[in-house]
Amino acid sequence: MRPHFPCDGRCAGSAPHICHLHVRGDTMKKVQFNSRWMPYAFLLPQLSIVAIFFLWPAAEAVRSSFYLEDPFGFSSTFVGFDNFTDTLTSSNYARVAQFTAVFTVLVTFFSLALALLLAVKADKVLRAGSTYKTLLMWVYAVAPPVAGLIGILLFDQHVGPLVDFAALFGWKMQIGVNYFDTSFAMVVISVWKQIPVNFIFFLSGLQGISRSVQEAANIDCRSGFRRFWTVTFPLLAPTGFFLLIINVTYAFFDTFGIIDVVLKTEPGNNPVTLVYKVYLDGFRGNDLGGSSAQSVLLMLFVFILTIIQFRLIERRVHYS
Amino acid sequence: MNKLRIGDHIVLLLGVFFMVFPVVLAFITSTHDAVTVYREGLQFGFGDQGLKAYETVLTKAGGFTKEVNGLVMLKNSLILGFGFAIGKIVISMAAAYAIVYFRFPMASLCFWVIFCTLLLPLEVRILPSYEIVQRLGMVNTYAGLIVPLIASATGTFFFRQFFMSVPDELLEAARIDGAGPWKFFIDILVPLSKTMIAAIFIIMFVYGWNQYLWPTLITTDEGFFTLVRGIKQILQVWVGAQIPDYDQAMAMAILAMIPPVLIVVIFQSWFIKGLVESDK
Repeated sequence: MRPHFPCDGRCAGSAPHICHLHVRGDTMKKVQFNSRWMPYAFLLPQLSIVAIFFLWPAAEAVRSSFYLEDPFGFSSTFVGFDNFTDTLTSSNYARVAQFTAVFTVLVTFFSLALALLLAVKADKVLRAGSTYKTLLMWVYAVAPPVAGLIGILLFDQHVGPLVDFAALFGWKMQIGVNYFDTSFAMVVISVWKQIPVNFIFFLSGLQGISRSVQEAANIDCRSGFRRFWTVTFPLLAPTGFFLLIINVTYAFFDTFGIIDVVLKTEPGNNPVTLVYKVYLDGFRGNDLGGSSAQSVLLMLFVFILTIIQFRLIERRVHYS
Repeated sequence: MNKLRIGDHIVLLLGVFFMVFPVVLAFITSTHDAVTVYREGLQFGFGDQGLKAYETVLTKAGGFTKEVNGLVMLKNSLILGFGFAIGKIVISMAAAYAIVYFRFPMASLCFWVIFCTLLLPLEVRILPSYEIVQRLGMVNTYAGLIVPLIASATGTFFFRQFFMSVPDELLEAARIDGAGPWKFFIDILVPLSKTMIAAIFIIMFVYGWNQYLWPTLITTDEGFFTLVRGIKQILQVWVGAQIPDYDQAMAMAILAMIPPVLIVVIFQSWFIKGLVESDK
């Protein structure tokens, strides 16, 4: 018997099982080795790297967020939560946070939407499907700063074709000078760089929807548009949620190279993201305490994001 | 039905144009003389310089950086890419093996300590990480460049999940045959993980090759610059120059993307499998 899919989507509750995450229900192996020292020997390299290059710096970040260090690093005084209150009440930080939020929303939305559109089309065409797939996904391997470098060529004041194109509509684009124009270039380049990952996940999600489900939907629901929104879209929702987290993480952390290149490493009054500000205050501004406090705030943010992610994964386990 | 298909192809072709065109234009620019580009704007046909810019960038020290040429940077990029990928695979396979196949009192503590590393990207703890590497005297060394990047345990989780899916009967059979933990690992588990290792290798190689912020901080000696790190140098010249060397800048961009793009395209099916099943 074929599954029944009414157009209102009532039956579209079972999601395709795509396993994205590693930590699923903690099942243990039934048979295991017993050895007093061997497991520790196997774990030693990983644990020592984690201790030296992860736990130590993380603890250091938390510690120095409570201290005020003089610019030459000779002395530091305990200041309690001063660094945090200073950060959270500064108008500059609020401006950067606001930009980061807008930037993240735009990058996430456009890269997800465009990738979904392309994946749905690539899933449909029979001929040349794999050629399209290759041509649409290879940008995954391009480094963010390399994407940024090509971007600033296309947006260049003197030679950039995109600037000429915008001029046709009376838009005098000035990247690096005008706040809005610079943000615009950053968003476009970041979206370009992120489409491939989303495309790969959406396409494999679509291909995971079984043929029988699709055929059933084809019979029950004649309108392609409605079929997409009532059957395909809900089935892709778990992939979409997962990608949402991945994209927010990307917009926060992995766009550093793009932003640094677009600003030609001289931010001035241009928009920067929170992560870029951590770097800026720490390495250029020599404000160790402030930079650390910002790091800790970002840690909290990532922590919350991870919890949300795990909630979603837990729910996903029930689907399978 | 036919009409619909044409619509699909048009959307896909527009998508391909959007993804591919910027890079094609970058390549075209690299074949033109910088002065021509500056005077006449970006060109849409190939220039008369051929691959001269690549020769300059690869062999001449002093284009952008004063001490190294592109070949040295290429070598450093390869060391970073391979070193990171191989190091990560070896270390995380060993750790995952211990967690999955051994019964020992600290198992869950070790697991959670490693798990913690997923919470904090390097970018967030960049300043203290830099200070610690500096204190350890690892600035301007390959170890300082590679090892701290391995601290994030994504690989361990990937292999943990894969080992979980290996049927228990294998271990039972191996034990009956008298195989110890080491023999089981080398003779059975590693060969069994071949495709998984290949997939994770591709992802990690690309990740290592494409690192920017960390190499920027850790390598101040130009002899250790990678191609991607070299972009920072290009920018500084770009800002100061009357007529920026567009051709050489784009030649660098193309050179920096060729190896990872080739690997991803050639080993596409492994790469996609690894990506979708592991999330980095």
